[in-house]
Amino acid sequence: MTAVQEQAASEIGRDRRRKEDMRLITGRTRWTDNITLPGMLHLAMVRSPFAHATITSIDTSEAKDATNVVAVLTGADLGEAQGACINAWAITEDQVTPPHLPMPTDRVAFAGEIVAVVVARSAAEARDAAELVDVEYDDLPAALDLKEAAEDTVLAHPDLGTNKSAFWKFDSAEAGTGGDVDAAIEKARGDGIVIEREYRQQRLIPAFMEPRSVVVDPTGEQITVWSATQIPHILRFALAATTGVPESKIRVIAPDVGGGFGGKLQQTPEEMIAFAVGRRLGKPVKYTETRSESLLSAHHGRDQWQKLTLCAEKDGTVTGLKVDLLADLGAYVSLVGGGVPVLGAFMFNAIYKFPAYQFNCQTVLTNKTWTDAYRGAGRPEATFAIERLMDELAAELGEDPLEVRRRNWITHEEFPFTTVAGLEYDSGNYELATDRAMEMFGYDELRAEQQRRRDAGDPVQLGIGVSTFTEMCGLAPSRVLGQLNYGAGGWEHASVRMLATGKVEVVTGASAHGQGHETAFSQIVADRLGVPFEDVEVLHGDTQSSHKGLDTYGSRSLVVGGEALVRATDKVVEKAKQLAAHLLEASAEDLEFAGGRFGVKGTDAGITMPELASAMFAAHDYPEGMEPSLDAEATYDPINFNYPHGTHLCAVEVDTETGQVQLRKYACCDDIGTIINPLIVAGQVHGGLVQGIAQALWEEAVYDESGTLVSGSFTDYLLPTAADTISFDVDHTTTPSLTNTLGTKGVGEAGTIASTPAVVNAVVDAVRHLGIDDITMPCTPERVWKAIQGVAAGGTTEGASMPHFDGDEAGTHSTEGAGA
Amino acid sequence: MTRINLIVDGAKVADDVEPRMLLVQYLRERLGKTGTVIGCDTSNCGACTVHLDGTSVKSCNVLAVQADGAEVTTIEGLSDGENLHPVQEAFRECHGLQCGFCTPGMVMQSVALLEENPSPSEEEIRLGLEGNLCRCTGYHNIVKAVQTAAGASNGARAHRADVGASTAEVTA
Repeated sequence: MTAVQEQAASEIGRDRRRKEDMRLITGRTRWTDNITLPGMLHLAMVRSPFAHATITSIDTSEAKDATNVVAVLTGADLGEAQGACINAWAITEDQVTPPHLPMPTDRVAFAGEIVAVVVARSAAEARDAAELVDVEYDDLPAALDLKEAAEDTVLAHPDLGTNKSAFWKFDSAEAGTGGDVDAAIEKARGDGIVIEREYRQQRLIPAFMEPRSVVVDPTGEQITVWSATQIPHILRFALAATTGVPESKIRVIAPDVGGGFGGKLQQTPEEMIAFAVGRRLGKPVKYTETRSESLLSAHHGRDQWQKLTLCAEKDGTVTGLKVDLLADLGAYVSLVGGGVPVLGAFMFNAIYKFPAYQFNCQTVLTNKTWTDAYRGAGRPEATFAIERLMDELAAELGEDPLEVRRRNWITHEEFPFTTVAGLEYDSGNYELATDRAMEMFGYDELRAEQQRRRDAGDPVQLGIGVSTFTEMCGLAPSRVLGQLNYGAGGWEHASVRMLATGKVEVVTGASAHGQGHETAFSQIVADRLGVPFEDVEVLHGDTQSSHKGLDTYGSRSLVVGGEALVRATDKVVEKAKQLAAHLLEASAEDLEFAGGRFGVKGTDAGITMPELASAMFAAHDYPEGMEPSLDAEATYDPINFNYPHGTHLCAVEVDTETGQVQLRKYACCDDIGTIINPLIVAGQVHGGLVQGIAQALWEEAVYDESGTLVSGSFTDYLLPTAADTISFDVDHTTTPSLTNTLGTKGVGEAGTIASTPAVVNAVVDAVRHLGIDDITMPCTPERVWKAIQGVAAGGTTEGASMPHFDGDEAGTHSTEGAGA
Repeated sequence: MTRINLIVDGAKVADDVEPRMLLVQYLRERLGKTGTVIGCDTSNCGACTVHLDGTSVKSCNVLAVQADGAEVTTIEGLSDGENLHPVQEAFRECHGLQCGFCTPGMVMQSVALLEENPSPSEEEIRLGLEGNLCRCTGYHNIVKAVQTAAGASNGARAHRADVGASTAEVTA
């Protein structure tokens, strides 16, 4: 009975230490680059130094002559066997999508694109020989600046005739979800408030710590591919669909994967080339990128210009929001591609009750590294825009920024709430989360200190930044994806295997790369089956064991994959109940299931789950008509998104003499519904915060005027260190989601989404009394200092955005970084 | 090729290596010590941190030939085989890792930091880990892990000082 009582304590909600950790802290890891196979050959890529050029010739003879070089291959050599890189989401039916060969044969479209591959017995020899490949290029004009590219002055792909890939629009009046935004703006120009701004979402690099690596083993009946990827299942599909190799002949394994943040949500040229070379040579091959190659050629994120108009009544009640985006796709339309800004389309209205809304997005091709999902994918950009605007509205009104938000947000009594963008928010309590965040932060005291320092003319000013957020998590209801013209569904698969010894194997289609699924999913299964946490083994990331899945991104693993797991587990319990009734010679209705044991009500008779598993393995005695198995699987298609929310408060100190920004305090209260493991949740929030803060203060992918990435190493791309950051105050309110059984909401992206505007609002708040209402990200000391020195030097973007939607205003070039 | 003799995680090893071979390549490719990883090519990230004669070094920044005659400890040699090192234990306890790729370097640097300064302040920890990048944790729990490890060691030391004799009896 003791064991049963111990099991009665719920696993869900416990701060279990992670199952994953033991191997990771002792170095007993299987990163893709750790894999060596007999006879394995190594690849090195020859990459274009030009952003846009015609390939006139490739001379591989010298490289081929080098000792221990096995082959040197070009796109022409590989032909159709190299397959193609796919775009899974044409956001419009007439989207302009350039063909994307892993190794182009005639023209390169960004610096870093692969033109030849060297195969040698060691990685060092391959790299040495790559230097000997002689490629002749004819330099072509490159489309680099996003705004100029949108004007088609220089074409990124001359054959296409335009850089404009797709125009995607949502209008609340047309959709019947709200009013006419232009009418609202017109009215506000007469008797209300109109806030017009233009904001820059700079280009970022996901910069996962493990460089991408791929091993292909063509020996054996199936071709096995190990890859440092977030998406083994999608990769298998893409390999099969574009090379003609039957899907059943391909096995993809994502072993230990060292972070992704969206950056490994891709079918990469490197994977395709390794696959083709392995097949061609009949030998195992490995390619592991250098960090410089990673920063240069793995996809980037963000990179938008946002023109925004918010209108409100005189009292600050919002009446409309109009958004006009330019989104830089880079050289190709990547896997998710233009879908990233579209994911943001539904989030600009955020937690507020806008009666009218319009979103316009033009995606644009340029001769830069392709862009795709980066943590948050569209939603950080949207949240930044609205939360910066709400601060500007507060400044216009002379009000506290939290007050103007309170006046406009959906109150907790109003759920479920259908937004102006057409989403139904199922639950939330913005008041509660905000009150808690303010209490943790010491909001009033900090405001008082800010006033004191302002009055005293302190050269170091205190700024307080506010951001609320909500996001749509759990990609995604398949029907919604179909309506949006996405190429796949959004379901997830799970299976539960009851082993003879009473242990439980769980197979999930989600593919963890640092999230802690092995731990959190074990907790869920332990609770529902009543077996010990330690007895559950979670298997993932191998298409042979996990034959169905849609992988990990978009804060979907728990809310979609976890729900699939719940359903599979419930089926196991149902089968076990039939077997228990049979073996106990009782009616199923007379059984009660608790702590992993079926007991006959009112008696001592009972049987445990491991005993049932063992009995079913023997299969000597089981009900007529039942299959001798307790195993079960489930495929779950979500009915709706879920909507975590939170309030983030940030205090910064800005040295007005140097422009230096120092984080002082950061407190946040997020509502992510039911928490499975608070330790893992806190880790997700901390990491998310720093990535969002890094966008606000430090990170930017910078290209020079010839299209060379100049922030192409960790000495130039400013990843924050421990010395740059602070410890955080993190707490949660719990409003369970109504769209899944466990009541969970996504947490993977929350921190990143909310922190960027909180920090920039804080920086602007510190210097607003000096006449500054914007500083372009990242808010480097130079930019802050220049803003303080004079508004004309970059402190405002108002000039660039008024009058709104006029085409030819002089915005600052994206390649240079605005405000510099 | 140059002959090198060294001790790695307590074992005597000898090999002929190319003069240009990095210590991290030697550990991974020749000794199969893949617990130590490569995260960058500019010695910024610190994922490859090991101890060379008791001092933490980025093993991508040391040639294998420079380690001739030296003693190297990697993440794989940190625990005694049965018990985790207190810093490893603290990383697990405090959830100081997520994807775990930076962890070998982060743990080795933290061990070195605590050997130099057994009771560091938060600021000293943050400065001491400045050469090691992590993309997952936001450093919050890594700092906490180092504080916890420091507290555990200090606590253990104090405990041993207080009850040294009786502890010896109990364990014997």
